[in-house]
Amino acid sequence: MMPAAAIRNLLLRRLLQLLLMAWAIGTITFVLVRSLPGDMAYRIAAERYGDDAITTAAAASVRQELGLDVPAWQHYLNWLLELVQLNLGNSLVSGDPVIHNLQHQLSYTLALVFAGLLVSLLLAIPIGLLAGFKANRGADHLSLLASTLIRAQPVFSVGLLLIFLLAMNIQWLPVAGFGELKHLILPALTLGICMAAVSSRIIRNSTVDVTRSAYYQFARVKGLSRWHTFVHHGVRNISVPVVAYLGIQTVMLIEGVIMIESLFAWPGIGHALSHAIFSRDVPMIQGAALLMGMLFVVINALVDAICLWLDPRLQLSASTSNNASPTNSTGKKTAQEASL
Amino acid sequence: MRLINTVTRRQWLGTAILLVLVLFAVLEGLFGSADPARQQLMNRFLAPSAEHWLGTDQFGRSNLARMGEAVRLSLLLAVMCVVTAASLGIGLGVVAGWRGGWTDKALNFLVTTVLALPGLVLVLLFAAIVPGSFVMLYVGIAITLWVEYFRLVRAITQQRMQSPQLQASNMLGFGRWYLFKRHIWPGLASQVFTLMAFGAASAVLAMAATGFVYVGLKPPTAELGLMIVELFPYYAEAPWVLAQPLVALFLLILGCNLLASKPS
Repeated sequence: MMPAAAIRNLLLRRLLQLLLMAWAIGTITFVLVRSLPGDMAYRIAAERYGDDAITTAAAASVRQELGLDVPAWQHYLNWLLELVQLNLGNSLVSGDPVIHNLQHQLSYTLALVFAGLLVSLLLAIPIGLLAGFKANRGADHLSLLASTLIRAQPVFSVGLLLIFLLAMNIQWLPVAGFGELKHLILPALTLGICMAAVSSRIIRNSTVDVTRSAYYQFARVKGLSRWHTFVHHGVRNISVPVVAYLGIQTVMLIEGVIMIESLFAWPGIGHALSHAIFSRDVPMIQGAALLMGMLFVVINALVDAICLWLDPRLQLSASTSNNASPTNSTGKKTAQEASL
Repeated sequence: MRLINTVTRRQWLGTAILLVLVLFAVLEGLFGSADPARQQLMNRFLAPSAEHWLGTDQFGRSNLARMGEAVRLSLLLAVMCVVTAASLGIGLGVVAGWRGGWTDKALNFLVTTVLALPGLVLVLLFAAIVPGSFVMLYVGIAITLWVEYFRLVRAITQQRMQSPQLQASNMLGFGRWYLFKRHIWPGLASQVFTLMAFGAASAVLAMAATGFVYVGLKPPTAELGLMIVELFPYYAEAPWVLAQPLVALFLLILGCNLLASKPS
């Protein structure tokens, strides 16, 4: 059982993150709204009703609807207030409620995220363990080389290479589109491979540390079989740094989702975000960025919870100080270094 | 000499790769005569030749000139972002770790806010404010990068402030700059360098990503991510042209990553 203090700490920290995230996005999108060129009301009316149908009345109604007729600070407060009430407004381009669009897109993004995570675990765990148990031998060097080569490419380059390889040359899979399961394979594979390139090295390093530790050697010496030692003394200890690192990988995950959705025309939130930015659809930008941020916070919170469950030592430190963050980003650097 | 001895083989390789790219970018800028934006529709997708070393693209533009411009742009952005982020992060980190109190709290609040969002989302939002602006990309990327330096420097400064050596120097009346240079900086230097190399890779990647999702720099600018997405439809017609920005991006990031690697 996890102590309540640890859980409360975790939730409070993530709640603070959620608020800060919403505030940052709200502020930037507010600047965005104020900096649209020309008379905004006319511009938006033109987008909404077509260039020929703009009248002063239409512009005035837009002005009133978006609160453009008040001073900037008041507009800002109204803007944040609406955000807090999750009143995200209507898309400037299609006029549909933003929430409605996002609900559709969220399911696609979640499908991609879970499939990508699954692929990355299926790849990283066996490769990482193999490289860890055969450290500094052929398999290990090979996995290091592969990981280095993949990490030197942006996610979309990996996706393009997979398209050339699997969809164009041997035509196994469709290049883009959505609706059927086979359309999910290439995007998920791209995401999974990119994440596994990093996490397989983390698993490898963690495995090396654990198998060389005194308690692990002792378990072997006292007569436990390799398998028993691994199950009883290895798995949990190996997974602690690996899961902690997952929290840092959520940044990679979210960024990867944005690029992959654009590449494969996958109708998720990342695709919506880049489209909205391209067409300067501010409410849609705000909604999509907000949802991306929420996804980020929720995944981080889940990773925190798993860390607490795996490593009870964190619960102790969490109840004595509020400084226990299993996934603080100083881990990022050490993890990156460790992976090389 | 000491510096040279501690450089690993991987770091040499990374340095060499980056040097080649810098040389290419500079020499092309100095001696290249072709205009990267000049279209010659009769000359679409020419294979590499004596006249067009790297061939031509879908509008018959010289790909040598375009690659030169794109690599220069990426390198310039990387250097600008890394220098800004490093000086900002180190400066504020030392102040926060040294002063403590409300300065520390305020700066930490700022950092927590930046970290509440994935970096690319922040960069995309900044790119949205002024479309096609190099400066906005630079500002957005620098803002996401400085946080790492700040956290590192603050932690080390706090720890060093407690050390007997620093306190002794302080009591002997040495100035702040001396204290920083003698007692704090030596513990930071190598880690800051690692962060800078990683940061350069992140900056290059972030600009390419914004170009790739088509919200970064606008055509006809030659930018690696933008070139990839523009050339992608012509994959079957001219794979060698599409390969060039992909390879350049790969080499840039590989070079930085190798440079950042530590002896194991």
